Amino acid sequence: MEKFTQLKAIAAPLLRINIDTDAIIPSREMKRVSKEGLGEGMFAGWRYIEPGSRNENPEFILNQDPYRQAKILLSGSNFGCGSSREHAVWALAEWGIKAIITPSFGAIFYGNCVRNGILPIVLPDERVKQLAVLVEIDPNNHQIEIDLEQCTVTGPDKKTDEFDIAPADREMLMEGLDAIAVTMKRDDEILAFQARDRIKRPWIYL
Amino acid sequence: MAQTIIEKLWNEHSVADLGDGSHLIYIDRVFFHERTGSIALKGLEATGRKVRNPEQVFGCMDHIVDTIPGRTDETMVPGGSAFITETRAAAHAAGVNLFDLGDDRQGIVHVVSPEQGIAVPGVTLVCPDSHTCTQGAVGALAWGIGSTECEHAMATKTLVIKKPKLMRVTFNGALGFGVTAKDMILHLIGQHTASGGVGYAIEFAGDAVQKLPMEARFTLCNMAVEFGAWTGIIAPDQVTYDYVKGRPFAPDGDHWNQALAHWQTLPTDKGAKFDKEIIIDCGDIAPQVTWGNSPQHESGIDGFVPDPANEEDANRKKSIERALEYMDLKPGTPLEGIPIDSAFIGSCTNSRISDLRAAAAVLKGHKVAEGVNAICVPGSGLVKKAAEAEGLDKIFLEAGFEWREPGCSMCFFAGGENLGLEKRAVSSTNRNFENRQGPRTRTHLASPTTVAASAIKGHLTDVRKLSQ
Repeated sequence: MEKFTQLKAIAAPLLRINIDTDAIIPSREMKRVSKEGLGEGMFAGWRYIEPGSRNENPEFILNQDPYRQAKILLSGSNFGCGSSREHAVWALAEWGIKAIITPSFGAIFYGNCVRNGILPIVLPDERVKQLAVLVEIDPNNHQIEIDLEQCTVTGPDKKTDEFDIAPADREMLMEGLDAIAVTMKRDDEILAFQARDRIKRPWIYL
Repeated sequence: MAQTIIEKLWNEHSVADLGDGSHLIYIDRVFFHERTGSIALKGLEATGRKVRNPEQVFGCMDHIVDTIPGRTDETMVPGGSAFITETRAAAHAAGVNLFDLGDDRQGIVHVVSPEQGIAVPGVTLVCPDSHTCTQGAVGALAWGIGSTECEHAMATKTLVIKKPKLMRVTFNGALGFGVTAKDMILHLIGQHTASGGVGYAIEFAGDAVQKLPMEARFTLCNMAVEFGAWTGIIAPDQVTYDYVKGRPFAPDGDHWNQALAHWQTLPTDKGAKFDKEIIIDCGDIAPQVTWGNSPQHESGIDGFVPDPANEEDANRKKSIERALEYMDLKPGTPLEGIPIDSAFIGSCTNSRISDLRAAAAVLKGHKVAEGVNAICVPGSGLVKKAAEAEGLDKIFLEAGFEWREPGCSMCFFAGGENLGLEKRAVSSTNRNFENRQGPRTRTHLASPTTVAASAIKGHLTDVRKLSQ
């Protein structure tokens, strides 16, 4: 997994609330048992004019310059709600999104981001809206800076906000760690737990 | 100290406190399906890792398989048959349990798991599917995960989880005539928004929940994720024990007695504290339908399409405006009477035998309105068999419904089918998102009885009027 430390990039405001993972990657765009080849289908229902086509809808923000180069999404609350499909995160990552800033996330989507090198950032609704306004004035020059070491987001107005992230999630993103390998360092504890549990709850063990 | 059922299960399954609010949680059961589980199994193969306890891992074909009678591994999903064949091969190689095509036990994961006694009280159960919260209805801690986390759970028997905040939603009072568990959960989401549960594990409680039969409890918990919650749970009671006893994978003999004694200690202690409490009077709930593209866009069937001009919050106002444009609805239109093109009964929300019985009771002696495309998809092979033994299939067929093989079907293009460009559907499913049931399809979520009544009339219908 690619490591995340700092990022200064164009941000695209997509301030709709409750953007679900069906919108991020429609079912019909998941065509192979693979994490790859999904970027083209990202936001397909909004990005292309006819369903299933590849004719770009010029109204959709990620089809406009310079937002085509955006690495940060600004969004309304509950981003990534709905289906657990990790394909949504794989599609965003393949297209080039590295961080998403929103007042709240769907829980499964948040976890999927962390495991795939996308930094999920929660900021207050008012600040997300303010950042969107600032970005839209001059998206090329009004970029957003993110520092994962410091857990800060600095807007085009030079105002800096801190954000919360679980230390384990932060470490995984910064070091590009393999979560299974990290957990397996505690394998003795897991096996000891299981041995005790077999006695305590024998009916669990089929 | 007084504890909630969620805290009891959390503590019982905590292998290690990781010190930052996160714990390493022991996972009793893993379920998967061919769309997201296939990738998890192949991911393990690719890294040379093994499933630690394959006997505790279960898979079903439901998302990609089609539901047309006489089906094979072929499906209308582009590239879909590879999901089926690769899942089968990976499952056999890993030695896990698989309810495959042609097996009566095959069906929708969240119908099959409790039906087989795999989800039982007190277990931790995960599946790379967001509606895994359904299974919390038996008193299990069950939640949806991504494919990468599924690999983790299969390889290590654990997951790293941040402790959720605790919420109790108490439903008091009696449900009115024609009002179901589906209406209870839609009402909750309508009142408290689709992000009202974000960050919380939710216990559903109250006398109205205790009075719900087991299958209705699944419906209630199913849409906890549509409320934004991490999961939902209902404390086990006699209704639960009666449901679980005798199921193929449920404990039996001495194990049953031991398990039962343990399960009886699980319900939330008197005086236990929740971070948030919501209390709902069921007397206020009418049969519900949605009018927009979020489950929070809902109202009683006796209501009207809202006017965005009356919404003060700018984001919500925009969301309503956009929904009305997508749904092609005008503010002030009565919901009852909106014409429909399709009616769908199925999905992990409402495809169990009691759902089919309730819909069939409405349909009996009636015909679906002309021009309405009506489809019923039982939740599992066993549900289908039971329904056919009672003659329910005949009632559906005589009314003009298609009678299908089990699977997720029209809930979301499963099997590669959809309801058609810009068609308006009334659906017993859980998501009314844009394009979910087809290209620009306009979905109105409702209970199976409201779907049945609307199918007969050809428009959204108040089932109370039809039945009385």
